[in-house]
Amino acid sequence: MPDSALLRLRGVTKRFPGVIALSGVDFSVRAGEVHALLGENGAGKSTLIKVLTGVHPPDAGEFVLDGRPISARSPKEAEAAGISTVYQEVNLIPGLSVAENIALGRQPGRFGFVDWRAVRRHAREALARLEIECDVDAELGSLSVALQQMVAIARALDLRARLLILDEPTASLDEKEVAELFSVMRRLRGEGLGLIFVTHFLDQVYAISDRITVLRNGQLVGEYVTAELPRLKLVGHMLGREVHDEAGRVDVTPVAREAAAPLLEARGLARRGAVHPLDLTLRRGEVTGLAGLLGSGRTETARLLFGIDAADAGEIRVRGDRVSLGAPRDAVRLGLAFCSEDRKIEGILPNLSVRENLILALQAKRGVWRTLARAEQDKLCEHYIAALRIKTPGPETPIRNLSGGNQQKVLLARWLATQPELIILDEPTRGIDVGAKAEIEQLVAKLRADGLAVLLISSEIEEIVRNCSRVLVMRERRLEAEVAADNLTTGRLMRAMAGGHRE
Amino acid sequence: MSRSFTRSPVFWPAVGLIALVVLNTAVNPAFLKITLLDGHLFGTPIDILTQGSRTMLLALGMTLVIATGGVDLSVGSVVAIAGAVCALMLQGGHSLALTIVAALAVGGAAGAVNGTLVARIGIQPIVATLILMVAGRGVAQLLAGGQVLIVKHAGFGYLANGFFLTLPVAPLLVGGLFVVTQLVVRRTAIGLFLEAVGDNETASRFAGLAAARVKILAYVFCGACAGLAGVLWAANVGAADANRSGENAELDAIFAVVVGGTALTGGRFVLAGSLLGAVLIQTLTISMYNLGISPAVAPVPKALLIVGVSLLQSDRLRRWLAGLWTRGGKGTA
Repeated sequence: MPDSALLRLRGVTKRFPGVIALSGVDFSVRAGEVHALLGENGAGKSTLIKVLTGVHPPDAGEFVLDGRPISARSPKEAEAAGISTVYQEVNLIPGLSVAENIALGRQPGRFGFVDWRAVRRHAREALARLEIECDVDAELGSLSVALQQMVAIARALDLRARLLILDEPTASLDEKEVAELFSVMRRLRGEGLGLIFVTHFLDQVYAISDRITVLRNGQLVGEYVTAELPRLKLVGHMLGREVHDEAGRVDVTPVAREAAAPLLEARGLARRGAVHPLDLTLRRGEVTGLAGLLGSGRTETARLLFGIDAADAGEIRVRGDRVSLGAPRDAVRLGLAFCSEDRKIEGILPNLSVRENLILALQAKRGVWRTLARAEQDKLCEHYIAALRIKTPGPETPIRNLSGGNQQKVLLARWLATQPELIILDEPTRGIDVGAKAEIEQLVAKLRADGLAVLLISSEIEEIVRNCSRVLVMRERRLEAEVAADNLTTGRLMRAMAGGHRE
Repeated sequence: MSRSFTRSPVFWPAVGLIALVVLNTAVNPAFLKITLLDGHLFGTPIDILTQGSRTMLLALGMTLVIATGGVDLSVGSVVAIAGAVCALMLQGGHSLALTIVAALAVGGAAGAVNGTLVARIGIQPIVATLILMVAGRGVAQLLAGGQVLIVKHAGFGYLANGFFLTLPVAPLLVGGLFVVTQLVVRRTAIGLFLEAVGDNETASRFAGLAAARVKILAYVFCGACAGLAGVLWAANVGAADANRSGENAELDAIFAVVVGGTALTGGRFVLAGSLLGAVLIQTLTISMYNLGISPAVAPVPKALLIVGVSLLQSDRLRRWLAGLWTRGGKGTA
């Protein structure tokens, strides 16, 4: 019964320079349902939401809300049409009161004077609708993140709102807070609103949603009734692999891993809100995969191993000695290296040259006074530019002028120059072209052959299967399973990633 | 003129300086005249260098702080504190060398406080250094007992107004410090670390840099420069005035750095540019005396100069101007 749809999108297409972010996507939400919108990174979820809320103009597509065609050209117009959005980061102002936040930008009043009584009354009504008890005069920043989220929802929910979009609202909430959010969502569903719920947590999808739409690489994979879709199938749809597919099996050269001494061992390593206690061992000459869906705690684990975040519990041993990692500096000195998934924020120094970016970690490891002579620096650059086939006009070019793949190679070179014994690669091939991707995979194989321990984190299940001799699988911030080389198939991995035994 | 030269960060401040000199020479043809009198060099350019040496010194330290993405508003107050310390030490009969060491130590300590507030506690640089900017004057007053302390010490005055081999001492001293600093930051990895932290602090930390330590070092150096500037200030007038020494000096220093091509957002820094910027500001101050502009309105031309040079350094404005040029060129062709 397609006509019961509250929102119906047809053939939505959005191109960005060089990428097709959405191609001919259909999507519909009914009144009185929670509709989960799922997909891995780059699937097009956020683009779809941004097109729907008028942040990006679509290149093609038909938008119908409540039987009327809409064409929002700005978030304000979308709101007027009845579409309200709560973004992942609560974008309210912590220094203002709850009431001020709810009223911001649409204060009732006359002649430029704000009617503060009306502001407070409006805020109380908005919160009452969600059955939230909260002092409207309290400073927003003094509230818990969950309560701030509720205020964000109260603000988003205009009286005319017909559709509420929640973009990863649970990313920073604990279990009790998630339950509170869900009860608010159920109430709104009961009022006949349509809710779009974007999340990475499959348990939550099954706990609250009525239907699911899966996107992959900018295309619609399908629309499903939640109760009829087994978890494993869902993960298969998200990753684009069939579950019973055993063809992904590869022969990984068996490494004499019992013989190889463990380079790094973690026991009971944990951090509240990031990872539950986990044990892991990384050996020389072995590529260990760390798999899991987004938000499963992969990056958080890497950050603990590299001393970026402090662990609350557990211990790390490097070459058998217990170490305390207070900062990345300590890890670098121990021969560890970490190539972050976020190149822009955690990787490159955009305005400095390729040379400076390349030698930074080595120079930091040596300290200020043991300066690398310029001739040595140039030699290192020459070597790595040739060895990794980095395309750059020269070593003195600012790194921001390079393509993503070449920036990534410079960052790899930065770490290889320190001659590490363990290198952690977090999504090393994300957002780079196919050629560079293959080269980076070859490099991983070479590093393993050279006797390095490699921890490879990737969302691409094939990449993990192709490159790893052993895979650790994380799910919902827990280390869930370990799959050894002889059992390594995409099917097994996906089953472990999906978890839950409700198939 | 080669393209690489016009793109150099010191190009626009150099253009500004030349324009000012041309203007002054037009009004007063003797502007550039330097004479040898009693074995000393005299003339307006010498005055500019001597009187500008304090701003140069402050700009030197400020450059490194700004390179880390910070700013130090407290240098003017540190000048006053260091001046008071100098006066007290010399009045107490201590040697000149010990006095200078004490001033440097006081300045360095002030910088360490600023650096710790910024790098370890995470207070925004403007706020963190504003604390000492305000409190520092009070400290100086306390030290001086609320009085202007008069210093009579021949060697002390020589530092600010003396001559060495016909050349003025203060600019020689500051110029030498510039050369030494330039060599140290560029020959060791300090320069790279400062620019890395200023360009992307998170990435620098992730690459194994002790980012907090690098920042603190920059503030300590900046404080020590301010301490030495305090010595020159007190030596110049032969007195330590807790209220007036180093008044608004932090602003001149920041202007000199920014005009000299180091962006307030941090990252790349140009020491030579800061030196040139300080000379430019001092030339402007002296020009206004020469042109008979009342000191009351003096800030206005200064502001105009800064806006002008800053605009010229903006890529966007330069592209826009270049666009006008090519369009005009096509019209006539």
